[in-house]
Amino acid sequence: MDLAHEEPNYMLIFYWLAALTAVEVGVTYAGLPKVLMIALLVGLAVAKAAMVAMYFMHLKFERSTLGLIALTPPLLLVMFVCITYPDTAWRLLAGH
Amino acid sequence: MSQAAVAAERMLGVEPAESPLTPESWGKLGMWIFLAGDAMSFGGLICGYAALRLGNPNWPVPSTILGVPFTAVMTFLLICSSVTMVKGLESIKHGNRAGLRKFLLMTAIGGSCFLGMQAYEWTHLIASGMTLTSKGLFGATFFVLTGFHGCHVFSGVVYLCTILGNASYYSADDHNAVEIAGLYWHFVDLVWILIFTFVYLI
Repeated sequence: MDLAHEEPNYMLIFYWLAALTAVEVGVTYAGLPKVLMIALLVGLAVAKAAMVAMYFMHLKFERSTLGLIALTPPLLLVMFVCITYPDTAWRLLAGH
Repeated sequence: MSQAAVAAERMLGVEPAESPLTPESWGKLGMWIFLAGDAMSFGGLICGYAALRLGNPNWPVPSTILGVPFTAVMTFLLICSSVTMVKGLESIKHGNRAGLRKFLLMTAIGGSCFLGMQAYEWTHLIASGMTLTSKGLFGATFFVLTGFHGCHVFSGVVYLCTILGNASYYSADDHNAVEIAGLYWHFVDLVWILIFTFVYLI
């Protein structure tokens, strides 16, 4: 059971998630420069995922220990990407 | 804990233990640890997909092959099912068992509809010639990522049906199992939000 808290306004979160999904589809077909499009889409996806984790999964109202457990995979994956992707990018640029 | 206290506990047959991280629910802690491991599985697949795509300048643009509007509806459906899940939990927290049953059923139906739509999408893509080995590694990464997620949705629907079958056991004071099942279901929704962006939109 989580720590005692007021129930969030779940319908408001739902409207936000639905609206952001519509914005994502719009961004995909807007013909924006590729880098801007990728930055916008990743930002929107992270915002939506954070809303689900914080409000639907109640991380906002939980002990910080559970938040640390939840943060561990993304942190490890960012490290993984930082270590391996420069190699892929270099091979691509070098034409290997 | 002092040695004397440890010795006293052993005399009583009680193992000394660390303070639990979530004293009210070991089950919830267990689910979070499971989800962290599962997130690494999905994360590994998504990072592998991104590395393969980054290394291939001829990678096809997904929105020209996949049906983005159709998948946006699937995304909307999963978001709706997450809302019905939290509404079910909210209901049982107030002792409303009928509400729990209604919202759990709606959540399971939402998940089943998602699976049906995914089956339709796969059938359509396979009929149009997309296989595990077609279009470079695009087909393989697409089917592995969405298939792995689909297996999670299927497991989630079975899990929800089990909770639904046991609904008469839950009350305002005892609804931990519902909350833990909800964590799993929201995780499935969260992962789909990322897959939708990385596999379909970008």
